[in-house]
Formats: sequence, structure tokens, C-alpha cells
Amino acid sequence: MAQMAKTVVMIAPKPDQAPRVDQVGVDERVARFRSRSIKKASKVEALNLVLSQIDLTTLEGQDTPGKVRQLCQKAMRLHDSLPDIPHVAAVCVYPMMVAEAKKALGASGIKVASVATSFPSGMAPSEVKLEEIKLAVGLGADEIDMVISRGKFLEGKYQEVFDEIVACKEACGDAHLKVILETGELGTLDRVRYASLLAMQAGADFIKTSTGKIQPAATMPVTLVMLQAIRDYYYDTGRMVGMKPAGGISKAKLAIHYLVMLRETLGEAWMSPDWFRFGASSLANDVLMQLQKQQTGIYQSEDYFSKD
Amino acid sequence: MDKTVKAEGRSIDSAAPRETQSAAKSASRGRAKPPATTRLGVAKTYKLYINGKFPRTESGRYFTVVDSKGNIAANMCRASRKDFREAVLAARSAFSGWADASAYLRGQILYRVAEMLEARAEQFVTELKLMGVDKRTASREVTAAIDCLVYYAGWTDKYQQVFSAVNPVASSHFNFSILEPVGVVSVLTGQNSALLGFVEAIAPVIAGGNTAIALAPEQNPLCAISFAEVLHSSDVPAGVINILSGYRKELAEQFSSHMDINAIIANSNDASEIKIIQEQAANNIKRVIIRTKPIAPDPYQIIDVQETKTTWHPIGG
Repeated sequence: MAQMAKTVVMIAPKPDQAPRVDQVGVDERVARFRSRSIKKASKVEALNLVLSQIDLTTLEGQDTPGKVRQLCQKAMRLHDSLPDIPHVAAVCVYPMMVAEAKKALGASGIKVASVATSFPSGMAPSEVKLEEIKLAVGLGADEIDMVISRGKFLEGKYQEVFDEIVACKEACGDAHLKVILETGELGTLDRVRYASLLAMQAGADFIKTSTGKIQPAATMPVTLVMLQAIRDYYYDTGRMVGMKPAGGISKAKLAIHYLVMLRETLGEAWMSPDWFRFGASSLANDVLMQLQKQQTGIYQSEDYFSKD
Repeated sequence: MDKTVKAEGRSIDSAAPRETQSAAKSASRGRAKPPATTRLGVAKTYKLYINGKFPRTESGRYFTVVDSKGNIAANMCRASRKDFREAVLAARSAFSGWADASAYLRGQILYRVAEMLEARAEQFVTELKLMGVDKRTASREVTAAIDCLVYYAGWTDKYQQVFSAVNPVASSHFNFSILEPVGVVSVLTGQNSALLGFVEAIAPVIAGGNTAIALAPEQNPLCAISFAEVLHSSDVPAGVINILSGYRKELAEQFSSHMDINAIIANSNDASEIKIIQEQAANNIKRVIIRTKPIAPDPYQIIDVQETKTTWHPIGG
């Protein structure tokens, strides 16, 4: 495997190079992660880590520069009555909003992630997609979230999908590339596993579950399969790839379960915003409410946290 | 029949000993014939009522309620603060739907609750008698509870007209005040009247479009939990009323401190408890309504948990 990755970089892996996934086994493993009890100090630590890993996201047709500025403000100052909390990892927006977000975030250290490649469907010619990436990078995006062409993938044109990711990676330049598999449209865990391998071999810095526009979005079984793919890829090549579950993770408790899964699948090295992200919008508020609860002992209400 | 059998249920009939003999005989012939037994009563498990479901407490704890003769009447769920938190979530998500339901519909549903209670009156009389209330008082209490529901069913589409106002102001504005439900209300019901007190406490809350989380009377909770079954079969949307059983001393603080509760109603004479409630409620300045003695149904109890919204509408030139 290692030799192959070195010599024939530009040839897509074959589907049979990805191992079959035992769905029942995956479900059982996930059920175990969900039974861990994380309390008190460990809980606070986990909640803070979750906050620092959030890609605060707004991807709607109704987005305006004003809304993006507001989101950036929130990204920098999550909740003033909790002074010791970290800021989020990044703000995730459409390419048209990148400049606005970049300006609003200034030197805060928060990254700007931009979706590109005709998000969310990916139904555009390759040239258009590459242009979009270059545009977003030119405007200052630090990270690019691209979607794979699910249509082509399901048709079996794996090489085309692969080549497109390679070209996108090149177009990104220094920007990090996150590859969205849109697992809700892939159908089976076997395909998720194979698509993960395809994306990683093509040069993805991160692999990401979903756009958030399709149900089901991120689920724990799908994320586990992708984490296992990352682990095996790391053993084969020595290259670390990041993971970003996105969509449908809106509760702190669920986010902590994801962290448990991350810790027990990939280990300590991945437990940082550099290697794991949550794509979410409402998750931040729930985490803040839990932190406030830990501090005051009183259950909180959404009324006292900023709307987003 | 001795005491233990009575506590577990009644025996079917006096034929039991004879059947035992014949069972022994058939056993000696080597033929399997089901051994005759005294039938055990199928006692009801009293559980919580949260979001239209009957869960056990997440804590797995229980406490024992004894009847007037000192026998075990039931093992009740001893709800924890997490059960309460779940109930608040349910009440919060049910709130907008219930507040936006037409007054007429809320009235119909309350009337439906009364209908279902009437149909099951006998069960409530039995439960009250078990706890030491005499038959006549028990029937009177059940009837009064039904009437109370009908009373507030009638008020749902009338309190707005009576308590809203057009206010005279000295500028060219049309100024009017209308009522809106405060939101999620927690209710600590009185200890004495197991059914009537409970119904009287929650009916005006939901008549006005609020959602409620109520704690059943600690040592007298049977009727309140059975009342959940009535609600469950009465078109009351899930989450509008949630009922917990447990230790009041443990839960009163939670009922009053939770930031997502907008008002608390407590039937209480206990000065130290009232102090805790008032202090905890100050966290989010929730409305505190302390009732030191039972009061007969009246529309002011609906208004207790309503906000007044006043609008200044410019007119003329």
C-alpha cells in the first residue's frame, strides 16, 4: 500500500482496496461509545474542547453581510459571562461572504472556511468548481469545503471523482481542503469507507460527512467508519487526515459522545481543532448552556443566550 | 385472609384450598395438572408523565406510599432533577403550539378532560378511599374536580374579553392591553386534597395557554398520577402537562431555579420552603405565586399566569 501511494499517486484506489464494513459491528461499537459517562471536570474539559472545534456555520440563501458579521462577532465572543472559554475554530460561509468574514474576524485567529465547488449539489463542470475555489482562496479563505460529485461516484466513475479532488487540492494552494462525501447520498457504509479512502489518497486534509442539506447528515456510525478509514490510512502512509462531522449535531451530549469515539478510535493526537471539527450552528449555544449549568448548578434557558 | 394477601391483591374465591388438594392428588398420579394458586392482584405501576409518555424516573429511585391502614399502597417513582429537566424541555417545546391553539380548541380539550374524568370517576373514588377519605367526601371531590375542569373550559374563550382593555391615553394613540400566557409554569400542588387540589392548581394554568410541570402531592400522589392517564386519553397535546412524583424537599429548589421556567405556583405554608422558592426564582425573575390555602376556581387564577401586553397604535394626524 505504502509503495503504491508513493509511485502511482494519480491513480484512484479501486473499490476492493477498501475493506468491507460490518454494519452490525459498527452499530454495536457506537452504542458502547454512547454509554460512557463523562461528568464534572472531564465534562467541562470536553465541552471546552467541543467549543474550540466548532466550525460556526451559516450556509443559507438568506445570508447577508450583516448576518455574517454577527456570526463572526459571536465566534469571537461566545458568551461574556463565561470568560475562560475558547473561541471557535472557524466560521464557515459561502464564497460570497468570505471577504466580509475575513474582515470581521481580523486577527482573532479564527479561520475562515468557505464551501465551494457548487455546494451543496456539486452539479457543475470541473472548470467552474476550480474557479470557485480560486475565487474563495483569493478572497482570503483559509479552508475550502468541497463536495464530491456523488452522481459520478454512484455511476462508478471513481477516477473522475478522484481527479477532481486532486485538481481541487491543487487549486487550494495553501488553503486546507475538506472533502465532503455527503454520506446521506452514498447509501451504504461500504461506499462511505471507499469514498473516504478515495478522498484521502487524492490529497484531502480533512474528510467531512455532509453538507447539512441532506438527511441523514452526520451520524455516529458513518463518522466511525470514516474515522477507521483515517486510522488505516495513517497506518499505511503515516499522514494524518482530519475529520469533520457536520449537520445534525446540535446537543452538547451528542458532541461529547463524538469526542469519546474520536479518542477511542484515533487517540489523543486527533483531539484538537487541527484534526477534528464539528460543522454546526446551534451546537455552540447548547454547549454554552451546559458550561453555564456546570458553573452555576442551575439549568439554563435559551432565552439568555444569543440567537444565531 | 391475612394482611399480606390483602396488600398484594384479593384471592379469587374460596375454592382455592380444595383445588390445592386435587392438584396434590393428580401430582401423585404423575399427571401434570396446573397447580391451583391464589391469584395475585395486578397492581398498577405508577410512573411519571413526561411529554405524553409514562417513563420511569431516570434515577431508578422509588419511594413507598402507604394507605390509611398503613399498608403499602404503591411504590412511586422518586423523580430526579434530570426528570424535571426533561419535563421542562417537553413543556417548552409544547408551549408555542398550545399558546397558539385557538381559545375555543383549548376549551374543547379541557372539556374533553372533564368527560374522561367523569367516565373514570369510580377509579378515583377508590383511590381516594384507599388513602382514607370516606366515600361521600371522595365522590364529592371527584365531582368537584370535573366541575372545575368544565368551569375553566368555559373561561378559555372569555377571560381575554373580560381582562383585556382599551386604555384612555392623552395622545393620539389607540392604546390597548391584551393578555398572553407567561410560558412554562411549574406547580407545587398542595398536600391535602389529592385530586381536587391538583386539578384546581393546573387547570387555570393551561386554560390560559401555558404549559405546566406539576409535582404530585408527596404522600398522596395516586390520584395525580392516575389523572395523567385521563389527560393522556383527552387530546391534550404531549408536553402541555407533565406530572412528576417525588420528594418535594428535593425538587422544590429545582422547580424554582430552572432558568427556562417562567412562573412558579406553590401551595405552601412552609416559611422556609417559600423562602427557597423566592430566592431561587430571583435568578431569572420568574413570577412567584404562593397560595397558602386552597381557593375555589375563579378567573383571576388564569390571570395570575398571564402577561399583559400593551400596544400604542398611532391614530389620526
